[in-house]
Amino acid sequence: MASNGKLTGKQRLGWTALTIVVMGYALFPVAAILATSFKTQADLGNASFLPSSLTWENYEMILFGDAQGLFLTAFRNSIGITLIATFIAVVLATLCAYAIARLNFPGKKIILGTALAVSIFPVISVVTPLFNLWRNIGLYDTWLGLIIPYLSLTLPISIWTLAAFFRQIPWDLEQAAQVDGATQWQAFRRAIVPLAMPGVFTTAIIAFFIAWNDFVYGISLTSTEAARPVPAALAFFTGSSQFEEPTGAISAAAIIVTIPVVVLVLLFQRQIVSGLTQGAVKG
Amino acid sequence: MSSITLQNLVKKYDDGFPAVNDISIDIEDGEFIILVGPSGCGKSTLLRMIVGLEDITEGDLLIGGERVNEKAPRERNLAMVFQSYALYPHLTVYENIAFPMRLTKGKFTKEEIDEKVRHAATMLELTEHLERKPANLSGGQRQRVAMGRAIVREADAFLFDEPLSNLDAKLRGQMRAEIARLQRELNTTSVYVTHDQTEAMTLGDRVAVLKKGLLQQIASPRELYEQPANLFVAGFIGSPSMNFLPGTVEGNIFSTPLGKIEIPDRAAKAGAGRDIVLAGIRPEFFDDASQLSEAQLSKGTTFTAEISHSEWMGNEQYAYVSYETDERVQETLRNLAEEMDADELRTQLVVEVDATSRFRSGDTAELWLDTRRMHLFDPGTGENLTRDEEAGAELTREAREDRKRDAERFVAKQS
Repeated sequence: MASNGKLTGKQRLGWTALTIVVMGYALFPVAAILATSFKTQADLGNASFLPSSLTWENYEMILFGDAQGLFLTAFRNSIGITLIATFIAVVLATLCAYAIARLNFPGKKIILGTALAVSIFPVISVVTPLFNLWRNIGLYDTWLGLIIPYLSLTLPISIWTLAAFFRQIPWDLEQAAQVDGATQWQAFRRAIVPLAMPGVFTTAIIAFFIAWNDFVYGISLTSTEAARPVPAALAFFTGSSQFEEPTGAISAAAIIVTIPVVVLVLLFQRQIVSGLTQGAVKG
Repeated sequence: MSSITLQNLVKKYDDGFPAVNDISIDIEDGEFIILVGPSGCGKSTLLRMIVGLEDITEGDLLIGGERVNEKAPRERNLAMVFQSYALYPHLTVYENIAFPMRLTKGKFTKEEIDEKVRHAATMLELTEHLERKPANLSGGQRQRVAMGRAIVREADAFLFDEPLSNLDAKLRGQMRAEIARLQRELNTTSVYVTHDQTEAMTLGDRVAVLKKGLLQQIASPRELYEQPANLFVAGFIGSPSMNFLPGTVEGNIFSTPLGKIEIPDRAAKAGAGRDIVLAGIRPEFFDDASQLSEAQLSKGTTFTAEISHSEWMGNEQYAYVSYETDERVQETLRNLAEEMDADELRTQLVVEVDATSRFRSGDTAELWLDTRRMHLFDPGTGENLTRDEEAGAELTREAREDRKRDAERFVAKQS
């Protein structure tokens, strides 16, 4: 590094080249799927990157055509289940993380340890017993049947991220609020939560991604359109004959399910500002 | 406005360590009390016990005559200024000051809140910053916002937890004057924690000196300075700190490593029959004998000493005299230095002489000592053997009268 913090021409060139390589490596699959989604059925095997002629027929098929029922219900399931799971996870994790960061109670370490243990437990080993249990108690193929396992994925990471975030908020603020006449709840809501908002949004987005991307639970714990999420539904797409792979339609669906994620990030980008706590205490 | 009474307050942590040990203080309505002591003396803990952020293990806390031990902070109606200011970073200055009033739903109308906030802002010269966020303010401005938030509460008492320690020296002086002025104007009972003795001496009506959770002495700044209760208070109050010279009293002669010094009857009586005592002598009790008149010289004792080095400050001059300390008090002095957070055991005398004196290193100078003002301490217990209870009480009584007169004068000026 140059001592004044600015890059020399050579360094700048190096960094630019490296960035392009990394970006290309990361984004090429997305670009390939995007290109594929615009190819006709006949065009799929042409071994070229770009479609020879642009077509919307794949999008038409999943949105208005034969696959409409399959895709749109799955899309609705995915959004509903993921949003509910995220919401519950964030609310529970906020309260839990606040308690962990602020209070000294017996079993605090156990809660954190358990959360960590749950999050590293392989999903695939849980899914078979869960499948049996869910069938017996009637949760199989329901929204709730997916929301509960999604919570087990999203809660631990939410608790850990939020607890770290709460620890950074100066405790003085809360005590000042209490001396100013606030109840514990008021102090939490009016002094701590506004400061924790960036952390809560970040956590919400992480939780949303985890639930949105799940495949194993989605395909194992559902059997019909009643609760099947998009990643699982894609596996059930069929071509116009049994000899045709519906690659085009799957690509189109993959592009569509990416859109909510991108929109989410763009929407909350502004909320995820760091340094909001600056000026709370001495600078 | 209220009186605050601390009755035998004890704070013990889980490990049984008493951070605050049996402290009783009566704080009068409108009085400005300073809690001072080296770090870890329990002064902040005591303040937090008053405000309700720390539980009280034993003893009673009374505010306005009512026991509040079990009350939550919000029910005690006290206002506190935190060391870190604890401003709400997501709120503007206006909203920060209005925050306590916004919490009491329905008690204040919008207009009342606005009026109070603007009044406080005018007092603190914050009017033009009302719409800014704390992050964009300077340290002094943030400090004033924290004060503003306390003022609008019309609380029974103000509590300050080292409010100036994050400011630079110049600003600290300004804010110190500001706090003194506000406290007089509002005549609100205040408790102020600090480790800075300039703040303690200038702000306090009375100053409570704490050491290791124990109250050493509570008195007006003058009494603390003139009639300290023990070795610790004597050493802690005053800068440069008091010299402690070991020696033995025989008749009216005090034999020290610097030679024999004649002392008045009162001191001679107090020190008689003791193996060894420590004489507490403030630097300004000395003077350059060559500059004094006969009349002046006769009031004290003169002796000669070799100056090891001197520092000329412009308005005054410090001269240092090295001496061999007595082994029997070495332990006591070392402990004392540790307790006061001082760096090392000093075996040199600090002597304050007039700036016009021409003392250089290596000179043998004739020094005059005002023996009437020096104190003798028991090196074992630290007790002040020559403390004049009555003279001390008189000084504190005077300070109390001064405060009352101040308050009356302000009320008269207002109407």
